[in-house]
Amino acid sequence: MLLEVDRVSKSFGGVAANVDISFDVQQGEILGLIGPNGAGKTSLFNSIAGQVTPDRGEIRLDGARISGLGPVACVEAGIARTFQVVRSFDSMTVLENVIVGAFARARGARAATETALEVLDFTGLAARADAPAIGLTPSEKRRLEIARALATKPHLLLLDEMLTGLTPTEAQAGMQLVRDVRTRGVAIIMVEHVMEVLLPLIDRAVVLDLGRVLTQGHPADVVRDPAVIRAYLGDRYAPAA
Amino acid sequence: MTAASHTTIARRRRRELIAGAIVLAVLALLPLAVHDTYSRNLIIITLLFAGFAQAWNVLGGYCGQISLGHALYVGVGAYVSTMLLVRGGVPPTLGMFAGGAVAGLLALLVGWPCFRLSGHYYAIATVVVGEIGYQLFLNWDWISAAEGINIPYVRAIGDSWLWLQFRIDKLPFHILALTFLTATFLTAWWVEGSRWGFSWRAVKDDPIAARSLGVRVFRSKMAAAAISGGLTGIGGAIYAQYVGYIDPESVMNGQLSILIALPAVLGGVGTLWGPLVGAAVLIPLSELSRSYLGGSGRGTDLMIYGALIVGVALLRPQGLASLLGIRVRAPRDVAGDVAESPRAA
Repeated sequence: MLLEVDRVSKSFGGVAANVDISFDVQQGEILGLIGPNGAGKTSLFNSIAGQVTPDRGEIRLDGARISGLGPVACVEAGIARTFQVVRSFDSMTVLENVIVGAFARARGARAATETALEVLDFTGLAARADAPAIGLTPSEKRRLEIARALATKPHLLLLDEMLTGLTPTEAQAGMQLVRDVRTRGVAIIMVEHVMEVLLPLIDRAVVLDLGRVLTQGHPADVVRDPAVIRAYLGDRYAPAA
Repeated sequence: MTAASHTTIARRRRRELIAGAIVLAVLALLPLAVHDTYSRNLIIITLLFAGFAQAWNVLGGYCGQISLGHALYVGVGAYVSTMLLVRGGVPPTLGMFAGGAVAGLLALLVGWPCFRLSGHYYAIATVVVGEIGYQLFLNWDWISAAEGINIPYVRAIGDSWLWLQFRIDKLPFHILALTFLTATFLTAWWVEGSRWGFSWRAVKDDPIAARSLGVRVFRSKMAAAAISGGLTGIGGAIYAQYVGYIDPESVMNGQLSILIALPAVLGGVGTLWGPLVGAAVLIPLSELSRSYLGGSGRGTDLMIYGALIVGVALLRPQGLASLLGIRVRAPRDVAGDVAESPRAA
């Protein structure tokens, strides 16, 4: 078992963002974390990536507790993430952006540059290596986020709405990139609220609603679950039990 | 393509080093062409402030933590080396490194609480800390308080490199100031290619993203502060030896903090050449306008100064260095326009 999320709860003020959430991620698996807006997906993401500390429960990577240790420790343990709103280092070139990530493991600038160039090649950004990050198109920026995260050599990659706002062609290319990442042996958790783009890509789905796990399982089964349909579309569309 | 990018960075860095060597060599030969005392003094002051600005640039430029209290480190460096000389008989060639070390440690001490603030709040905190230091020194009798200290000639006769005392010919201070500038330049050059440099620039651009990539944000800021403060302290000690008299007014005043930050801001923040270009324009301008206009219409020099700053901010927000075709990392909004233009064309 690569990642274990064990009865995690988190509230902000009086608002319960996550309540008693448990699920696992296997080595090399692509897990979809889905749910309507406000279901607590991003908040859970922040807990796994170390940005916030859960109030209760524990998150373990390879059996070792990582919750509460902070984002740097999570990167060192092997978790990398991208952000829903792209956060590129805009005063740097594409290559320099990725070198920042590579320094998480590389000893020395030469080694970091080599890692970064390899990752740029893999993510299809090699031709843009010397371009300023600020000049990239939105879809290239998403790629840069993934490249930067991969440069930290993670075992688990967290992708926060990486397909949102892309054209269908770009989304297709993005999905191919996710499959390629998996072939490197990296497990992936994808947050997306647009379900149809996610379903063909993922091995398993965890559906959140109002901060709780509604259901989890094979994506085809999950979308037929009356509780899921009710959560997305309301009671009127739920098939009679 | 990948191999090309690899060498692009290496080649650019080599080019910058060669250009730096040429510029510094020209500066070293400058006294051969300039003979009058006034101009030589102006050059030495300009070199020192270029060094101060470059030292400031490590923290304020590369790491993006705008410090408006760097006079504190100038003052501490100047006072530590001077007190060691006056009370302990320690030669300033050693004293300036002690001054640098104390200034660097002080920068860590200041950073510990202040780096919990960010952006404008951090800048305001540094102003306050600088002012506290100024007031303390102004009232501290052991270091002669507001009276200041005359730096004595230790040796009865002759000049001495060990004691940094040069009675008539001030040329050695040209070499000393240039060495200081070279040290800061090489530090900045090294920073640009090092892990610290990448961490700092990441922290400046987006601390949250930096942290998510394993950058220890607080520790990075502390390292930048220590290096920046330490270099500034060494420069302060050299400055004290050169002018021969220090008091809190001349080496710890808040206006000095501004004068250290401005060349880097004007020349180009977070660039290798910005502080040099900025100092080369600003310091002579400030001195000349003061000597020609200061007496007749008080404050006219400051108005010219201010107009220049506003002009550069409006017309060249990337800094003056960008006028010379030097590769400059553009600030966000400016680069935004650049990014739009290919689509418009």
